[in-house]
Amino acid sequence: MSPMANPMVEHVSQTLSPAPTTSTALEFCEVGLQYAMKGVPVRVIDQVSFSVAQSEFISIVGPSGCGKTSLLRMISGLNPVQLGSVRFHGEPITKPLKNVGIAFQNPVLLPWRNTLNNVMLPLEVVPPHKQQLKSQRSRYVTEAEALLATVGLKDFKTYYPWQLSGGMKQRASLCRALIHHPEILLLDEPFGALDAFTREEMWGMLQRLWQQSQCTSVLVTHDLREALFLSDTVYVMGPRPSNIVYTLKVDLPRPRTLEMTFTPEFQHMYTHLRQYIQH
Amino acid sequence: MIATDGAQSAQVKLNTQLTSQKALYLLPLVTGLLLFVLWELAVRLLGIEEFLLPAPSAIVAEIPQWGGVVLKNAWTTLYCTLVGFAMALVVGITLGFTIGYSKLASLTLYPLLIGFNTIPKVAVVPLLSIWFGIGAVPAIITAFMLAMFPIAVNVASGLATVETEMQDVLVSLGANQFEIFQKVGLPHTMPYLFASLKVAISQAFIGSVIAETVASNGGIGYVILSASSNFNIPLAFLALLSLGVMGVILYSIFVVLEKRFVHWL
Repeated sequence: MSPMANPMVEHVSQTLSPAPTTSTALEFCEVGLQYAMKGVPVRVIDQVSFSVAQSEFISIVGPSGCGKTSLLRMISGLNPVQLGSVRFHGEPITKPLKNVGIAFQNPVLLPWRNTLNNVMLPLEVVPPHKQQLKSQRSRYVTEAEALLATVGLKDFKTYYPWQLSGGMKQRASLCRALIHHPEILLLDEPFGALDAFTREEMWGMLQRLWQQSQCTSVLVTHDLREALFLSDTVYVMGPRPSNIVYTLKVDLPRPRTLEMTFTPEFQHMYTHLRQYIQH
Repeated sequence: MIATDGAQSAQVKLNTQLTSQKALYLLPLVTGLLLFVLWELAVRLLGIEEFLLPAPSAIVAEIPQWGGVVLKNAWTTLYCTLVGFAMALVVGITLGFTIGYSKLASLTLYPLLIGFNTIPKVAVVPLLSIWFGIGAVPAIITAFMLAMFPIAVNVASGLATVETEMQDVLVSLGANQFEIFQKVGLPHTMPYLFASLKVAISQAFIGSVIAETVASNGGIGYVILSASSNFNIPLAFLALLSLGVMGVILYSIFVVLEKRFVHWL
């Protein structure tokens, strides 16, 4: 163990509810979820409360079926909030928010659009871009091309999804999630279907995009290393009916590198986090 | 070792030749010609009577005398087919989108549609001739009835198979129902629609010819019927061939349209 390592471990705090340092963007207040299965109510989420600060990157990890994805879908407004409330800048979310960027495990690019037009899709739907797209098309195209360049897809803008590899599709999908400058970025296991090397490469890329955009981000993942690499805070959910069983502040300096993931302090956080996951 | 390499490269060469543009047009033409040559040879060598199966040369020999008649009646058939097909297109697409989008329509209209489709159309033609008389109208309606079903079903299943995540992307951006249809539902349905059009145009042809053989005094169906009853088998075959040619041409048109509109597949 290097002498440098020990002080870093101290940065791993274990506060149960992190006091937001800056303004709060997103707030979960006693959120619960249950649904009827053959007439019998099944409680999926018991009670979850936490808040996400402006520009914070948080991850939610936990066993399958604990309701992680449901939480994410509540933020986007795709699923209704049944119990408790989810507030976005103080306002309870009742319908799909206008300014959300979202990426799933499946990149779901539209097969009839090339990469550039796939990335520009949100601009055709989200105001105020929607109204300006026609008159300022060239500006938006330049912007989209610049974004594609940051993920290394500059030369692939005219390619169709079937011509791209899985990693390339996911990169395009991330660009689509960010092109309209969303206030909040929702990531539902975006790299789950990629191979280990590509996945690690994507972490660096996502971190770069996040640092550029300063977008409040919520990542749902099964990969603890991924959560640690990318997040400011990691929330661990327990088995059904789930609660937040552990909160970990990751105080590693940014930008983080893959080398950091091999350091003892990273390993220490990993093993610590692992104890709380019950499968 | 060298031999297998040679065989492999020959295989690769053959594959590239088969995917070339020239092969696309040339090969079907060659097989078509070959079929006619075999046919001619079989009739001559086996001494088959002309009133059973005329040789291609005997069919072609009918053109000076009957070519004009066949052409005129082919036009009638083509006209009925296209009008019926156009109606099927409008109704089929509307019905398909309604069924695909509305659960209520899918539960009420879909079973009816399937019920209608299982009725053999030949059985309906006599009724059509009672209602609409002899002529183009029964042929148009029969063509419509046969062509409409595949279009409606394919459009409906095209809409029904849109990935929910694709819709989620748009919903999460705050898109309204029309935008979701425009950006996802419609383009997703295009391959299904064009696949059905190729089937539907052939079905429309079948429909109009069926009606012409039962309730008409014109069109290729009528020509075939009257030629057979006069034992003018070469003329019947000439009429049949004209159907085949029209069918292939229309099918090709839809293949070209499909390539243009569904360029991503």
